[in-house]
Amino acid sequence: MNRFPLWKYVLIGITLVIAFLYTLPNFFGEVPAVQVSPVRTTEKADTALLGRVESALKSAGLGYQGVELAGNSIKVRVASTDLQIKAKDTLQGALGDGYTVALNLVSASPEWLSSIHALPMYLGLDLRGGVHFLLEVDMKAALEKAAIRYQNDFRTELRGDKIRYGAITRQGDAVTVHFATRDQRDAALNKLANVFGDLAFTPEDQADGFTLAARLKPQAQTKVQEFALQQNITTLRNRVNELGVAEPVIQQQGASRVVVQLPGVQDTAKAKDILGRTATLEIRMVDEQADPTAIQQGQAPFGDDIVPLRGGGKIAVKKDVVLTGDSITDAAPGFESTSGQAAVHVNLDGKGARIFKDVTRENVGKRMAILLIEKNVAEAITAPVIREEIGGGRVQITGMETAQEASDVALLLRAGALAAPMQIVEERTVGPSMGAENIRKGFHSNLWGFLAVTLFMVIYYRVFGLFSSIALAINGFLLIALLSMLQATLTLPGLAGIALTLGMAIDANVLINERIREELRNGATPQAAIHAGYDRAWGTILDSNLTTLIAGVALFWLGSGPVRGFAVVLCLGILTSMFSAVTVSRAMVNLTYGRKPRLAKVSI
Amino acid sequence: MLEFFPFKRTIPFMSWGKVTTMISLVTFLFAVWALWEKGLNLGVDFTGGTVMEVHTSQPADLPAIRAALEKTGLPEVSVQTFGTSRDVLIRLPNKGEANASETSNRVMAALTPGNPAIELKRVDFVGPQVGKELYDNGALALLVVAFGIMAYLAIRFEWRFALAGMLANLHDIVIILGMFAFFQWEFTLTVLAGVLAILGYSVNESVVVFDRIRENIRKMRGATVPHIIDDAITRTMSRTIITHGSTQIMVLSMLFFGGEALHNFALALTIGILFGIYSSVLVASPLLLMFGVKREHFIKPVEKKQEAVV
Repeated sequence: MNRFPLWKYVLIGITLVIAFLYTLPNFFGEVPAVQVSPVRTTEKADTALLGRVESALKSAGLGYQGVELAGNSIKVRVASTDLQIKAKDTLQGALGDGYTVALNLVSASPEWLSSIHALPMYLGLDLRGGVHFLLEVDMKAALEKAAIRYQNDFRTELRGDKIRYGAITRQGDAVTVHFATRDQRDAALNKLANVFGDLAFTPEDQADGFTLAARLKPQAQTKVQEFALQQNITTLRNRVNELGVAEPVIQQQGASRVVVQLPGVQDTAKAKDILGRTATLEIRMVDEQADPTAIQQGQAPFGDDIVPLRGGGKIAVKKDVVLTGDSITDAAPGFESTSGQAAVHVNLDGKGARIFKDVTRENVGKRMAILLIEKNVAEAITAPVIREEIGGGRVQITGMETAQEASDVALLLRAGALAAPMQIVEERTVGPSMGAENIRKGFHSNLWGFLAVTLFMVIYYRVFGLFSSIALAINGFLLIALLSMLQATLTLPGLAGIALTLGMAIDANVLINERIREELRNGATPQAAIHAGYDRAWGTILDSNLTTLIAGVALFWLGSGPVRGFAVVLCLGILTSMFSAVTVSRAMVNLTYGRKPRLAKVSI
Repeated sequence: MLEFFPFKRTIPFMSWGKVTTMISLVTFLFAVWALWEKGLNLGVDFTGGTVMEVHTSQPADLPAIRAALEKTGLPEVSVQTFGTSRDVLIRLPNKGEANASETSNRVMAALTPGNPAIELKRVDFVGPQVGKELYDNGALALLVVAFGIMAYLAIRFEWRFALAGMLANLHDIVIILGMFAFFQWEFTLTVLAGVLAILGYSVNESVVVFDRIRENIRKMRGATVPHIIDDAITRTMSRTIITHGSTQIMVLSMLFFGGEALHNFALALTIGILFGIYSSVLVASPLLLMFGVKREHFIKPVEKKQEAVV
């Protein structure tokens, strides 16, 4: 009656062995390591890089404990945190700016465990310390930026076709062109509608003339916004790489938000400063005809903008943008060879280099302004006179006051521009000491709770209580193994979830044990009572667990961040507890009592 | 055999129906009043704003910290110690979106001169928009869980059970919320997760009793419905108390050893578990009786074929 076929025992045995193996890595702790990853996502970390890392460490005489290629990065284990910093400096020096070298911690579990993909759970920021940012992209600004681009393009197109037009004005994301006659307007409509398929045009007859309003079509708007988000994510990725964070997370969330997680970051002010910069770079021609007194008074000549010049004074620059930061492929700080001034050396992409060559050829002797636009405020970093045609896409920008400033500007340029401004809408920072404290406390609350429940169960139900407690412990192992296999991120609410599931899991065993007692009380033989106890309790266990599962699924569905972690643990915990409470404890009972055909007494 | 609850005779729970209904009605109304009058002390997760926790090497000089912060021009700063005299909690409400994210930098810059060894332990900044979204999602989650469980009970048992179970559980939830409102404990996202978990957990208890009622209805043929319910509650009583007890042990362990971060979460669970016992036994079942549950609802009558009228 209370016997399992052999295959069931074997199955349970295999499950337990697997669970044990995959739980194991979580108990080994971590060792300091240095992580090397390429700055550009298109490049891969490969065995060639591995060789370079090893030879760099060897030539510096630094001992290391192991080197492994994991994902798109290389991790070097070292013995101490002192060596870790030395190794970091050595590698950064040897590999150069193309690689991010960051301090990290890796699991100290032996290699054979890693080789079967038994890896420890990933700790959330609340347990290891770090910063979590939620950034929101200003989608309205993205559309306005597109409108500004069209404003410029209209000018070029209409001028190219010699169609006369009046002012081109922009209001929000709509651009309006003014005309003196209807014919001009119709000619312009014909031309522009042909060239710009993404725009919807509405001609209108005003009292004082004719206008043509243009606005992006809805699908094109979505496309612009999607593009802005993607561009911003790429830019953020570049900026984060500059910070040298070991395992950053940069992910899209919803239609307009980006999550950035920087584990282990302590200098949050610097992180925020670099992430939050909304700077873009533009190169525009200086309007040499503008009246200097009008400029000082802030009256912009038609078609110009007035911007302050770094170091004092104002200049008028043309509205037409020659080049934007998008064309910049690389930027490095340095010094100008003749004067020794701080400078930034910029490389342009093919298209940018061509435009730059044309513009410099046509404008020798004129001034060109390099504008840095931060938070919608433009400032001319420098406005040098073009001495000769500059080809080959290598440009040197001077005008920086200090070497530090030059390196900041270079970082900004290299990291690329944001397609639309972003702002931080959520920030959560957990200091490393707080993280360690959270782990310790979370672990302790689990441990003491478990011990107290075990003690009670053994006293109250004796041998059956012992079985229940063992089943509960196995449930804990199964849950941690499952979370480790899924490489779930363990957070503090997750730890609370483990404690809560362990507390609730015993429910199933109590149900079974009480049922067995009741059957015995009603005069059933021990064997029959055990059988009936497990049998009858099953339906109830299923019912009561399913209701909790419903709550868990809803939490996962609607929750965010840490609450989701809690929900995952809750749901998985319910599944593992049903298995351990019913099948595993039954196996123990069957092994102990099942073979005796005439059982006189059970310890319950 | 060690037994804490050796009930030999059936306890007449249902005859106490009027009293228990009164008690739950009073506590329920009290909770509703607290919610109405005082409202939940919503945490930064829902309202938006900034909460910072800093650690100083010496016992913190709160007036000095307040004075230093006042100079930064930040509005309505509240400063208090937190746990120990060297841990300080600083709260700033959301005032205007501009630069809200730089608040923590400004606070640290203002505090560092007076306390060189100051350490930033935690910053939670939530924008007003995000907070509102979380609040809406939380309310939606509560509804989804309530309806999900009700639908499950309705399918598994019968609509009367679903309604009774759900009302009993909402009673628990309202009481938890009422307690949080009355004592003005901070209600955060984690507490909400705890409340939802309780919603799932508390139904367990009702389900166990319902299950037994259904079984008794089939088994105890001569008995009246109230007696059937009394018997079901009595037979499952010791199990109810033991399972709640063991879950409570875990939760209390969280309350005592889990630290500040888990404190309110554990608190919500503690209240939920305590009231869960009471409501599953003394709220759900009288309601069931009130809804007029009958034997016929479970034992399907033999369907009579409709005879054609000639």
